[in-house]
Amino acid sequence: MTTNSLTTSQGAGRAGDKVFSGATLAAGCLILVVLFGVALFLVIQAIPALVAPPADIQGGQGFFAYIGPIVVGTLIAAVIALVIATPVAIGVALFISHYAPRRLASGLGYVVDLLAAIPSVVYGAWGAAFLAPQISPAYGWLASNMGWLPIFQGPASATGKTILTASIVLSVMVLPIITSLSREIFLQAPNLHEEAALALGATRWEMIKIAVLPFGRPGIVSAIMLGLGRALGETMAVALVLSSGALTASLIQSGNQTIAAEIALNFPEASGLKVSTLIAAGLVLFVITLGVNMIARWIITRHKEFSGAN
Amino acid sequence: MTVTAPVARKRSALTKGQLPAFAPYVVLAVALVLGAAILALIGFNAFGWGLVSAILFTIGLVGWSAAVEGGRKASDKLATCLIVGSFLVALLPLISVIWTVLVNGIPGIITPGFLSTSMNGITGTIDNKSVDNGTKVLGGVYHALLGTVQITLLATVISVPVGLLTAIYLVEYGNDRALARAITFFVDVMTGIPSIVAGLFSAAFFFAVVGPGTKTGAVAAVALSVLMIPVVVRSSEEMLKIVPNELREAAYALGVRKWRTILKVVIPTAISGIASGVTLAIARVIGETAPILVTAGFATSINNNVFGGWMASLPTFIYTQILNPTSPSNPDPSSQRAWGAALVLIILVMLLNLGARLIARIFAPKAGR
Repeated sequence: MTTNSLTTSQGAGRAGDKVFSGATLAAGCLILVVLFGVALFLVIQAIPALVAPPADIQGGQGFFAYIGPIVVGTLIAAVIALVIATPVAIGVALFISHYAPRRLASGLGYVVDLLAAIPSVVYGAWGAAFLAPQISPAYGWLASNMGWLPIFQGPASATGKTILTASIVLSVMVLPIITSLSREIFLQAPNLHEEAALALGATRWEMIKIAVLPFGRPGIVSAIMLGLGRALGETMAVALVLSSGALTASLIQSGNQTIAAEIALNFPEASGLKVSTLIAAGLVLFVITLGVNMIARWIITRHKEFSGAN
Repeated sequence: MTVTAPVARKRSALTKGQLPAFAPYVVLAVALVLGAAILALIGFNAFGWGLVSAILFTIGLVGWSAAVEGGRKASDKLATCLIVGSFLVALLPLISVIWTVLVNGIPGIITPGFLSTSMNGITGTIDNKSVDNGTKVLGGVYHALLGTVQITLLATVISVPVGLLTAIYLVEYGNDRALARAITFFVDVMTGIPSIVAGLFSAAFFFAVVGPGTKTGAVAAVALSVLMIPVVVRSSEEMLKIVPNELREAAYALGVRKWRTILKVVIPTAISGIASGVTLAIARVIGETAPILVTAGFATSINNNVFGGWMASLPTFIYTQILNPTSPSNPDPSSQRAWGAALVLIILVMLLNLGARLIARIFAPKAGR
């Protein structure tokens, strides 16, 4: 036999190449299809709520009167969570990247990552069973001493199950996200800049101000945006901790509600138009978080050349 | 006549204007004592003691430093105090959560039968009886554990092939094409999809395709896959990227086809990282509550069929036991079961995290890196 084994195996090999590259391409496209499907199916199922007569929607004033207050409640909870989490997260990231002894740093990073590993329902249970009762005396104090501020208007909730407690729990949950992204970017700050600053006599804090923070700014901003995305969509912390109600300015009374918690609390028992209403609420949440995340990713990609973080 | 400076100095000129090395310890000791004294006046508790002492320590050290060393050194000390303080603050919730779960969960988990019985037939009357008679709390998490394992397994079976193939496309075939860039971008965006929206998507999809009100374990598995795929893609992509190009080039030079190179050379080299990434992805989705809540319903009995009927899972079990206790008048048995389930769930997640690290270490390529 004189058949050339190189040429005969070629046919099968080429087919294998085609099949394999086709499979990988199909998998990649499937992801795009799924994301598109998420939007499509949410829209399809939400349409009945959007076109229904206003009187049929919960509250009797149409979909937008229903969704408006809980959108505001979602934003309040997420923004407070970020206000609490951001300074702590940046401090922790700096501690791990520039203050902790080198040998401990990766271990400490792992400890912070443990915060991200704890399931959200456990945080919710912790917030409701431990944090809320512990923190309610502080709300009483705030109500009697700073009650002139609308956000601390009394009477304070006796159970402590308020939007502020929910936000504190949320802040614990977004902390590891902001920390790990900021830590990555702080570690990438050019060593030469840091050493130059120290050689000119800067203290460690001055070195961080001169060399590390300006370098890390886009990374910090996008880390905060990603944390915001997580805080907006987090369900369990709010569903278990907050005793929900109408939109109120006071953070220490029961009241307010977020989209995710509203869905989780009502969807299991919902039927008919109520399902559509809740799916439409989910669509609103999807659009908000999609916008936030796309802005964050865009900031990261724009600064990719000189930051290297992603 | 001029005043001469004292000739004999106690400290060298180089260390002049600096705090002695023992300064922080002295300030810490003083702060702890003062803190204890203040707290003794207004009622002692450990948390308040730590807080007051930390504030006193910061004020004391920064004040002393400002007096001796000047403003620049003092602000450096202040920054150090704040940064170390923020790390300690971040540890508080971690310790508190783990402590709360341990204290509340151990009574549940050591109850005989907790891991091997379901909630089938457990009603409020039974709970009331066990409270009145002081007997052991009946009912357990077996059905929820089983449901969690089934749903997570199915989600893994869906996500791993799709995620791994996509990662291979991005690294080996993408070549930074427009499609590859689009996939990378949308995978990143997908990472940020709120978990409840993933659940709603899966529910909406099955409502439209199978029929309204379809709630099974499979619906939940699809929802979890939406959350899991981007994690698998990202971690596998990172791992494939660090496979040295020399290995691929060596295979091509021997005349090996690209797909054989990927299957026989690239993936075996990266398998430890890929496996640990998949394990971490499982750890991430196993604790998801919201998507299962809207897709799998609540079940109190064992369901072995992931494609039919409502199915319980550990997270939703915790959620329902807390929010809707089996016996509304005596919520204690329910709360004991919920904390027991929370402990089981945390142990599962920690084991998976630990497993990921072990896999990465054990299956790491022996030579060459």
